[in-house]
Amino acid sequence: MGTSVEIAGVGIHPFGRFGETSVVDLGVKAVRAALDDAGIGRGGFQAAYCGTVYSGVAAGHKVLTALGMTGIPIVNVEAGCASGGAALALGADAIRSGRCDCVLVFGMEKMPKGIIRSSFFEPWREAAGLAVTPAYFALRAQRLMRDSGVTLEHLAYVSVKNHRNGVDNPYAMFRKPFTLEAVLASPVVCAPLTLYMLCSPNEGAAAVVLRRTSGAQSGRVLVRAAALRSHLPGSVLGEHTPMCGLPDQALPSPTELAARAAYDEAGVGPQDLDVVELQDTDSARELISCEELGLCPKGGAGELIDQRRTDRDGALPVNVSGGLLSKGEPLGASALGQIVELTWQLRGQAGPRQLPNTKVALGHTVGRGANASVVILSR
Amino acid sequence: MTITPNDSRSVPATAPIPVTSGLFELDADGTGRLLGGFCAGCRRYHFPAGDDCPYCSATGCQRRTLSQRGRLCLFTSVVNRPPGYSGEVPFGFGVVELPEGIQLIARLTESNLDRLELRMPVRLTFVPVQVDEERREVMTYAFAPERG
Repeated sequence: MGTSVEIAGVGIHPFGRFGETSVVDLGVKAVRAALDDAGIGRGGFQAAYCGTVYSGVAAGHKVLTALGMTGIPIVNVEAGCASGGAALALGADAIRSGRCDCVLVFGMEKMPKGIIRSSFFEPWREAAGLAVTPAYFALRAQRLMRDSGVTLEHLAYVSVKNHRNGVDNPYAMFRKPFTLEAVLASPVVCAPLTLYMLCSPNEGAAAVVLRRTSGAQSGRVLVRAAALRSHLPGSVLGEHTPMCGLPDQALPSPTELAARAAYDEAGVGPQDLDVVELQDTDSARELISCEELGLCPKGGAGELIDQRRTDRDGALPVNVSGGLLSKGEPLGASALGQIVELTWQLRGQAGPRQLPNTKVALGHTVGRGANASVVILSR
Repeated sequence: MTITPNDSRSVPATAPIPVTSGLFELDADGTGRLLGGFCAGCRRYHFPAGDDCPYCSATGCQRRTLSQRGRLCLFTSVVNRPPGYSGEVPFGFGVVELPEGIQLIARLTESNLDRLELRMPVRLTFVPVQVDEERREVMTYAFAPERG
């Protein structure tokens, strides 16, 4: 085995609302924690990649300026909800290419409350009332219900499960469990999605230190694959949020493209996974992600829920951290937040959320662009 | 055509304007047509119209008006005013398939989901979304359920 990339350190700033604390301060906290975890400091890494969407010009530079750790190349990466995954893929490539021995990857965000206002939408699309992200989610949810036999109760259960998991995560924003009835009775945002079936944009940061290692060393958490893909032309409900598309066809989604690439690169398949953190911006998105990642057959998402396979004590636990539904979604930090959780799970450091015998883990984010990232870790 | 000055219906003080140019043609009587792009290479339509084909990457697409009737594929309703929008809520929101073989993201005039159904026929219309500084109505396209 040649060059491998290991996760040498992870750090996270809780996801939530932090008043006057600046986005740079959030990033500094996460970076400091990851560097401490890796046992390195200034001069210990040769490049840095920062995933963020709303933090403005040179946000990553500002974090490392505050820490007095500049001089190296610093690249700010915007890839929508997959920004952190994109930054991680670039960092892993920098090591595999031989250019770097150690790189810092981090992401942070400080987002306003409510429906995300995105410069992605042209002013006329906003004025026409078409810049309404939860409505796109709702149409996708309706399509899932039409095509996969998913019911409103299945959608509600995803929220119940993830909020229940989030109770044990001190880094999550919402740590209160909900009943199925409460989820169904929460205000309808865009039918069929109710308020508790949608995640909240919020604030937070996460960081990961990647290091070159020889594959022979056991006990290390290795990055087996970090794939990033965009959409193929044609679908009307893709995360690239077009105004038009072609009638439903068997086009692979960006997540399917990224998953295929990641499984190939890692030499593992869905059947080998022990724990998964995936994009659950809304309840339907979690089930679509499960199908697209091959965790169940196409059309099998409802059954996955009926059999409780993705529960914490199920055959393949999904979003043990509470997912974005309970953590909230600080765009640039969300993918790396997953990597922090999965690294802890693989190391046996996940506290009350710890699963037994975790060896192979998958992290997945998908969003605007379209951008989809799939990361596979193992120990 | 002669216009009598005191017929207020035929000479509105301020004619409505489209929310942006190039999306659709809007007639004085409130009807209009969406403007799509047609690729002679792959023979597929797209919207809004552009010179380049978003499916096959060919260039030199033609502008063509699109059918005014279609079928509703998916729908929801928007109850909270989305960012950058100052018009009325609630409104319907869905995917409409046109005979040209494309699906459009569009507003629906009907927001009561009990009155909408999958595959129902819908027809193009135009709805006001705001009034500009010159007190002109700003219009966008929408689809309405067909009667009967």
